[in-house]
Formats: sequence, structure tokens, C-alpha cells
Amino acid sequence: MMLGRSAWGVFWMSRYLERAENTARMLDAGFRMALTRGHSAAGDEWRSVMITLGLDDDYAGKGGEYTGPVVTNYVLRSPENPISVLAMVENARTNARMVRTAITREVWEATNESWMIIRDVLARPVKEADLGTVLDAIRRQSTLVRGAIEGTMLRNDIFNFARIGCHIERADNTARILDVKYHVLLPSLAWVGSRLDNAQWEMVLRSVAGERAFRWLNAGALDPRGIAEFLILDQRFPRSLAFCYNKLASNMASLARAYEMEMPSHLLLREAGQRLAKSDIGHIFEDGLHEFITDFVTGNRRIADAIAADYRFSE
Amino acid sequence: MKSNSLSSFDEMIDENGNVRPAYAGYRQWYDEQNPRWMGQQGKQAESFFRRTGITFNVYGEDAGQERLIPFDMIPRIITRDEWTKLSRGIEQRVRAINAFLHDLYHKREIIKAGKVPERVLAGNAAYLPQMVGFTPPGGVYTHIVGIDLVRTGADDFMVLEDNARTPSGVSYMLENRETMMAMFPELFSRVAVQPVSDYPRALARSLAACAPPACDGSGRPTVAVLTPGIYNSAYFEHAFLADQMGAQLVESSDLRVVDGRVCMRTTRGWKAIDVLYRRVDDDYLDPLSFNPDSMLGVAGIMDVYRAGGITIANAPGTGIADDKAIYSFMPEIVEFYTGEKPILKNVPTWRCAEKDSLAYVLDHLPELVVKEVHGSGGYGMLIGPTSSKGEIAAFEKKLRAKPENYIAQPTLSLSTVPIFTKAGLAPRHVDLRPFVLVSPNGINITPGGLTRVALKKGSLVVNSSQGGGTKDSWVLAE
Repeated sequence: MMLGRSAWGVFWMSRYLERAENTARMLDAGFRMALTRGHSAAGDEWRSVMITLGLDDDYAGKGGEYTGPVVTNYVLRSPENPISVLAMVENARTNARMVRTAITREVWEATNESWMIIRDVLARPVKEADLGTVLDAIRRQSTLVRGAIEGTMLRNDIFNFARIGCHIERADNTARILDVKYHVLLPSLAWVGSRLDNAQWEMVLRSVAGERAFRWLNAGALDPRGIAEFLILDQRFPRSLAFCYNKLASNMASLARAYEMEMPSHLLLREAGQRLAKSDIGHIFEDGLHEFITDFVTGNRRIADAIAADYRFSE
Repeated sequence: MKSNSLSSFDEMIDENGNVRPAYAGYRQWYDEQNPRWMGQQGKQAESFFRRTGITFNVYGEDAGQERLIPFDMIPRIITRDEWTKLSRGIEQRVRAINAFLHDLYHKREIIKAGKVPERVLAGNAAYLPQMVGFTPPGGVYTHIVGIDLVRTGADDFMVLEDNARTPSGVSYMLENRETMMAMFPELFSRVAVQPVSDYPRALARSLAACAPPACDGSGRPTVAVLTPGIYNSAYFEHAFLADQMGAQLVESSDLRVVDGRVCMRTTRGWKAIDVLYRRVDDDYLDPLSFNPDSMLGVAGIMDVYRAGGITIANAPGTGIADDKAIYSFMPEIVEFYTGEKPILKNVPTWRCAEKDSLAYVLDHLPELVVKEVHGSGGYGMLIGPTSSKGEIAAFEKKLRAKPENYIAQPTLSLSTVPIFTKAGLAPRHVDLRPFVLVSPNGINITPGGLTRVALKKGSLVVNSSQGGGTKDSWVLAE
């Protein structure tokens, strides 16, 4: 038996940790991209990072500067940014505290310790020279919590809600990257094969920790269509949309088995899963990569809302 | 508040400088340890507490801040014989408290007999008219009690306060022991200490034994712990106990009355609760019955309770038994219901509501401790010996305006137990809160309890909100 509020708590604990980790990857990719380009182009790159993170409207409104140190500190720790990485880790920890009885001691301690460590590394503005270490710490802490969940939690509804939160968030994050960068993946006569393209493609892969896997699978060659296919449809890649939806399907199926009942969210998820399974990259490009991604993001949010309603996350 | 340490009872060292029997085994072990290593262990304990999140929240300044209650690693030790006597006294007192509550809400024989004046009930917010004529399931009012004891001599333990509402601190009793066993495992093979770890299971059993009539009896009763939420100062303890008992930890927003039962919102719908171990005050239990302005609470829970749909632990209205105005009558109360002399003494108390007592108190303010009848946590009190003339004069005004709001007690010379300092062992004043469970099957007292210690030299204030710490409390097995 599980409280609806606890399901909500573990779901969001996982989402926040996943988002903190993905945000760190985004910053890392943006940082490398900016390093390899001229000053004005770096500004564009940082703006696209902010758009991907969903922070740009707010940031531009405040007249924020598009330079590495300013952007990274805003994203990581600014009190003016309600969804800074620091705030996410704090939220994850607050949720963990709220559902303290639903998680194991290991998961609680890993989450609590992550918060203590990240709070300390983000206590002062992050210097450019330290950025790598800080981003590493954020990724590592998220990995530790995930490991504690994997290694110590009973495979019951609590575990399933935690994993569902993680994969809903991850699918959203990967889709957002595609949404902002889709134009660099479209065939373009002028740019094809230029060094700039290569750098852009590498940035997309790097922001989902996929550069090494992709190169390995493709003998070092980079091509935009292949990258899109990899991020959307490759079931082996743990940050692809297809992978996330396979996991969602299996965690939701466990819930349905345990509760001996399917809910409307199961139907929504099954439909979305079938759409993904039927897709091939040719059709996606023909029908419009941008439209495909926009629909996906909307559908993903709808599934999350349906899960919250079906399992009584709140009244 | 300072005391003259010379006049205090030192629990480790006797007047000739010899180690008392209770501490013989421990002291022998301690003297073999390297003080530097001990110091490092102390620091480790602190990082352990931080990592596991054993913190309490502080209200007011730095709202939302979590602090650690300082832990001192020198145990407070009680011999088996001392404990046997103490536990008899505690059991007697707790039985009397439950009989007293039943009587107050039914025939009021003790008032008719003239042992307790009716005036202490009239207008007392802790006395709940909603409880009149109702008997809680199993006849138990105080499922969980914490009795605050102070020691002033070899055989002199006195009750300073009864906590019959929602006593806290038991998680520290348990975690302090866990920490000690993790830090000094070999110590526990040298000195045989009675375990405390059974408390959560005993609590679960005890609560389950008080299931309400509506509990269908198939399988175990459903127990839940009601917390005000993560910002409450004792949230860690609420989560800890729920976790250890395998019970749900609920907030009032999770609860609703459905079909005559109090239910919690689960991922599969509304599920009835049989026993609710609530860690919220009476006022926040039911906005329909008590505090209509409260956003907290479960509308209608009192109706369900009175209809036998749920057990609330502790029962609403038990606060009347630990009211400071009632405290001074405890010797009479114990004798009235048990027919025996009280085994545990009260601290002598002047009720300022009585004219002669008030006159005495006003004459002796510089040497007395004056407490508000409804206050708690060491706030709103006058500690005569450490107060300035101005403070005493200001307090006197308040006292004269509403004497019935105050009681006064002599400044007690609390016993001392050493704490670990950089300069070695140093005596500090302590109290002791043993935890008592009451069920229809009997009374269960965990051997030990929570020792609170005033960390400042000479201080007599042990409250964690005012610079107090805690110690592991041992009752020897042999």
C-alpha cells in the first residue's frame, strides 16, 4: 500500500535528479561548443542552451548576458533561477525527506549526501576553471542515487514510480535537445559536411552522453540523419526516446500487474509506444522532424499528467 | 541557571573520589582509550548524524534550518536495581494517570472526594468536553508516555514532568544507542547493557492491541503515523518511527472521512486507518471540533472516533493529565487510584492560585523556579537564582496579575554525569525521560530512555532548543 502523496514524492525526486544530471550534461556540451567557436557564435550557443533548458524567456527578460560564466552560474546556482541545479537537488532532497518511509536508508542517505555535496560546491560562484569538476560532481551524485535505488529498493510500486519519473524526465530532456537543435540535423545544401556541422552534431550527442556510443556504432562517422535515428529510435541507447518508452512500458506494466488494473494512462502510453515503434527515420524526416518532436513532447506531458491523476498523486 | 556543582550528586564519582559501581566497567574501558581517538570518534558521530538526516528544525530565526542535537558519547548509566525501582514507580504513576483520565471524563470521583479541586478543570483548554462519557478503545488514554525524571541524590529520583500528550525524543534514544554500538562495538561486549532496540516493535504491537471496534479483525490493524509535515521540528522522529513500524506516514492532507472511516489517499484509492498515532496537538486534529480556523486536521475525525471507527493515540484530551496545574496533585492522584503511596516523588510545588502559596512565592522569588502552567520547552519561566532584580520585578508583575497561571518550585540541584571535552571528562547536569507504552495487555517500559544534558558548565537547562544535548542511556543487565 502506498500513499498517493508518496508516489508523487518519489516520482518527482527522480525527475529532479534526472533533470539535474541532464542539465549538467547540457552545460558541459555548451561549454565545449563555446570554446571551439568565436565570441559572437558562442553567445548564440549559450542562448540555445538556455532555450533547451526552458530558461530563456525568463533570462532574456532579465537582460541576462550570454557568456559562459554568467549563464553557467545562472543555471547552476542563481537564487533568481527557481529551477537552478541547486534548487532541483534541494527539491529532490525535500521530496525524499517527505517520502522517507517509502525509500530505503541507502536511497535517503545518497540523496541527502548529494544535496550536501552539491550545496557545498555551489556555495560560491563557479569559476570557469572549476566548471568541469562541478559538473562531474553533479553527474556523479545523480548516478549514486540511481545506483542506490537500483541496488536496494524492493521492486514494488514505489520503485516503479521512481523509475517512471526518471524516464518521463529523460525522454522530455532528450526531446527538448532535438527540438532546439532539429535544424542542424536537417539536410542543408550549404552546410553539409562543414566543420561547423560536425561540431554541432557532436554537441547534440555530447549533451545526451551519446558521442562515444554513436562513434563506436558508426565507425567514427557522423551524419545528421543517423544521429536523429540514434536519439529517437535506437533501443540500445539509454537516453533515446524509444529506450525511455520501453522502460516506461515495462514499469507501467508492473504497476498494472500489481494493482490488477489498467488505467487511462496505460492506454495513452501504449498508443505513444506504438507510434514510436512504427516510426522509421525516413518517415519522420518526410513528415517533419520538428512536428514529430513537438508532438512527442506534448504527448509525454499528457502521459505524466494522466499517471498523476490515475494514481492520485494529489486530490 | 547555575548551580553549585559541589552540592550536586555526581553519578560517576562518589564523594571520596571513587568510581561508583554503575560506572565501574565503563570507566575501566574508558581509561584504556586514547583521548585523541575518542575525540575523532565524536566528530565522526556528528557527520553520521548529518548524513542520516537526524536533525531537528528550529522555529523562528533561520526558519527551516535543520540543526543537530549535540550528542555526547559518554553514556549515562543506571544499575539494574536502580532501574527496577524506577520502573515500578513509573508504572504506578502511568496507571494512575490513565485511571485519572477515565475518571475525569466520566464520574469525576476524585473531584467529588475533594482530592483535586474542580477549578483546575474549569476553563482549562486541555480538558475536552468532546471526550466526556467516551471510553477510548481498550480503555487506554495514554498509549505513549514520557516521564521526565531528575535525580538529586543516590536514592532520590523525582518526577519533574509527565508528558502524556505526544512525548518526543524516542528516536534519539534509539539512534544514540545505534551510534554508540557503531562507534564502540567492543565496549558492548565488555559491559552488558539492556537493549532498547525493541521499542518500535513494542510500539507497533501496543498500538495494534488498541484497534477500534470498526477494525474488521482480518489481518493486522492498519496503523498510520500522523505528522504535521517535513517542517515540523520532530519530523525526523515521525518518519523514523513510521519506518521502523512499517506504518504509513501521513499528513492531514492525505486523510478524509469516507463512509464513516478515516481513510488515507493511496495510489489505489481510499483505505481505512484503524489506529492513528498522531504527532499533532489536539487543536489541529479536527477543524470541526476544535479549531475552525485551522487548515490542518481531518474534518469529522472526532465523530468517527466517538463512533468507534478509529483509535487515536494518544487520546484527545490527555493533556489535562500533564498540565502543570495538575502536576502538584499527582501524589494524591496516585494514591487515590492505586491505594498505594507514590513510589516516585514529586518536586515540591507551590500553586500560586492558592493565597498562602502565592505569598510564600512572592517572598522567595530569587531562589525559586516559576513556571507557566501551560508553558513548555523551558520558555516563559523565571529562574530566580540567575535572574537580575529587574527581571524578577518584571516577572513579579505578571505573577501578581494572574497568579493562577503559575506554579513555583525550588531550584533543584540536578545530578551530573560527565561529558567528553577536550580537557577530559567534565560533569554536567542531566535529566532522564524514559518511554512508556500502555496497552490493554499491560505496560511496557524500555530500559533506559533519553538523557538530556546541559552542555554549558553549571547550566541546569537541558532543553535541546536551548543548548542541551543528549547521551546514550544505559541500564545495566547485571
